[in-house]
Amino acid sequence: MSTDVKIPDQTFWQLEVCNACRYCEGYCAVFPALERKRRFSPDDVVYLANLCHDCRACFYACMYAPPHEFGVNIPKALAEVREQTYSQYALPRVVQNLAQRNASLLLIGGLVSLIGFGIVAVSSPLGLFTARQGPGAFYSVIPWLVMMVPALLLSLYAVGVMLAGAFAFARDIGARSNVTWRQALGAAGEAFSLRYLRGGTAGGCFYPTERTSNSRLLFHMLVFYGFISAFVATVIAAIMQDAFGLEPPYPILSPPVIFGSIGGIAMVVGATGLLALKRRSDRDPADGSSMNLDWLFLLSLNVVSITGMLLLILRETPLMGVLLVIHLATVLALYVSAPYGKFAHFLYRYAALIQNRIESR
Amino acid sequence: MANGERQYDVIVVGGGNAGLVAALSARHVVDSVLLLERAPTWQRGGNSRHTRDIRYAHPAGEPFTTGEAYPVEELLDDLQKVGGGHNQEMANLIVEGSCGVAEFMTAHGVRWQDPLRGTLHLSRTNRFMLGGGKALVNSYYQTAESMGIHVEYEASVEDIVLDGSERVTGVVVERSGTRSFIGARSVVVTCGGFEANLDWLRRYWGDAVDNYVIRGTPYNDGRVLANLLDKGAATAGDPKGFHAVALDARSPKFDGGIATRLDAVPFGIAVNKHGQRFYDEGEDFWPKRYAIWGRLIAEQPDQLAYAFVDSRTIDCFLTSLYRPYEANTIGEVASMLGLDPEVVSSTVREFNASIVPGGTFDPGSLDSCHTADLTPTKSHWAVPIETPPFFGYPLRPGITFTYLGLAVDRCCRVQMSSGGAVENLFAAGEIMSGNILRSGYLAGFGLTIGTVFGQIAGTEAGRYAHG
Repeated sequence: MSTDVKIPDQTFWQLEVCNACRYCEGYCAVFPALERKRRFSPDDVVYLANLCHDCRACFYACMYAPPHEFGVNIPKALAEVREQTYSQYALPRVVQNLAQRNASLLLIGGLVSLIGFGIVAVSSPLGLFTARQGPGAFYSVIPWLVMMVPALLLSLYAVGVMLAGAFAFARDIGARSNVTWRQALGAAGEAFSLRYLRGGTAGGCFYPTERTSNSRLLFHMLVFYGFISAFVATVIAAIMQDAFGLEPPYPILSPPVIFGSIGGIAMVVGATGLLALKRRSDRDPADGSSMNLDWLFLLSLNVVSITGMLLLILRETPLMGVLLVIHLATVLALYVSAPYGKFAHFLYRYAALIQNRIESR
Repeated sequence: MANGERQYDVIVVGGGNAGLVAALSARHVVDSVLLLERAPTWQRGGNSRHTRDIRYAHPAGEPFTTGEAYPVEELLDDLQKVGGGHNQEMANLIVEGSCGVAEFMTAHGVRWQDPLRGTLHLSRTNRFMLGGGKALVNSYYQTAESMGIHVEYEASVEDIVLDGSERVTGVVVERSGTRSFIGARSVVVTCGGFEANLDWLRRYWGDAVDNYVIRGTPYNDGRVLANLLDKGAATAGDPKGFHAVALDARSPKFDGGIATRLDAVPFGIAVNKHGQRFYDEGEDFWPKRYAIWGRLIAEQPDQLAYAFVDSRTIDCFLTSLYRPYEANTIGEVASMLGLDPEVVSSTVREFNASIVPGGTFDPGSLDSCHTADLTPTKSHWAVPIETPPFFGYPLRPGITFTYLGLAVDRCCRVQMSSGGAVENLFAAGEIMSGNILRSGYLAGFGLTIGTVFGQIAGTEAGRYAHG
């Protein structure tokens, strides 16, 4: 099998210019990886595209960047291919305009859940606007099963689609053959440390503009580890509830609230920071469709985190019911759209990092 | 000062490596420095945009080289081997000065590449800039901006204004069709050679220049050099001297840079347009062979040559920018290239038949594969061209830079042919490389010339302006 992603002729040409020049080989993993080939197949290009972390160093260093007649703009060309990767590998496939589909899923998922949960909440015995306290307060607005079943099903769907896509991608680029634990762990180390957002000896990404900066690394770290922290909070909450019969809301100093608050704040700061950087970022090395996916993802993450934080702060007030409904709706919208947008990037990146480890042993 | 006239302590003409180093160095001495760059922003930096590494003497244990020493004596020796260093004083000056270039560059924002990667075998003697020459230039422009140096782009200097023949008062610059005079206490010219001026080259080479490729910036037309020579500046370097390499004939006329390089010749044969071989393709390693093949091809009819290799050796050299012509017989490849298939096939047969059997092919050493009773001989890497498919590349000479420039003293002060010097006019970089190199070239030494003399010229200009 090989990838169905269509690679423009101009992208092959650009990579061949790079291979004849090689000045950028010190920046990241992409250039040493392309130097291992003499000609590029579409599989090679989707691999390189997902290995690229869009640090943009090569764009500013390139004497062949537009308006030079060679027209080399690797960050942009590879961003286009990455966007195609997300649309081709996440089933069911979208032929074009992934961003539009992502946006529709977010909207429809959000609205449907909002209406569904809204009806349930309004018809709850205490009504929507009654302040509730003590264990089981949330479930008196939305019963446990009504909250859990859709969330569980949609998250399983999202994880399933993302994993299927990542495995198909890994197969096409060759990363499923002979992976050792060592390579998988090495690649995980690069993923968890965001190695390729560090710019190597350049001292940072060339983002949002030509001067190197570590601001994107910092904000991305906050989003990444904030997400993990929120995930940990959810797991602990599930254990507390199912194994020890302790129902939420949990006290302020309980592990779910601590992890959840740290995660929520980190994600809000990180996603807001990334949005601000993106707004200021240089458009020349950017691909418009990929940018749309980025906007959608960062905004939806922000909405989920902010509604979650508000819910925590106002959980003992009459506004709790409304906030719970909104927060749950945003979470479900995020689940349903996740495989078709920027959310899924970490899996494709991880597969590419593994392939890089396999190749460079 | 006349009404509305602008005045600076130091004006630097030309925004490549030498100019940036001069401007930065001058700014350490004086407050107002103006850098005039002829190119638009995207193409700023002259030929420095296309550089990658810098050669410098250093002790053992340096980061960003292999860690072995490259002593001053060895660099001087290498310089003399390529025919440089005829001016002993200047040779000593640059070799000594090279010891400090890495420190200067790092301090002004340049970042380096780790030495272990890379396809060029220069990691002991040369440091590689992370991202190459355009990244170097970008770093310097950023540093210049943060140090308050004024930079103007698309500013073409039309005249260096002298008061008598001993003192410069400023420059005449043309920007968007408007000419104006800008005054300066001292001026540094760092605006390269004249390799992009086809008419100037035509004086020496006739219409052959139409077949040359100019590897670097289209802006090096020698305008300021010509202006100063007209005013009686003394020259250094051979007017006919240029450095040229062999590159793909399909390259753009200007600004193709490194990506157009083609190193196929040693792994096959090279013929001229009559299908005849004309030089020992296996004489030496890169970069020496790289440096002579430009001249060799320039001497062939129509300044064209054609390299032929087969499937056995096609992967022995770096991929090229343009795909080779490919077919199952040599004759077919020759036809695609517009050559006589019979003649080329017979040249290849004759070559194959002359190979002395028993050699061991090794692209990494001067191996034992050679020909016998063949003129010209092929002294290494001679293996039969017999495994289809066959590949052919058209080649042209690509000019990197010219040697003719301004004679300077050890302070980089511009000398006059009548004797004496212009006391506040300095030169650095390619425009005065003829003081160091007469012919031949050392990889990465262009940046050394620009960096060492850029510092001297900038500092001297600053000191003069400071009074």
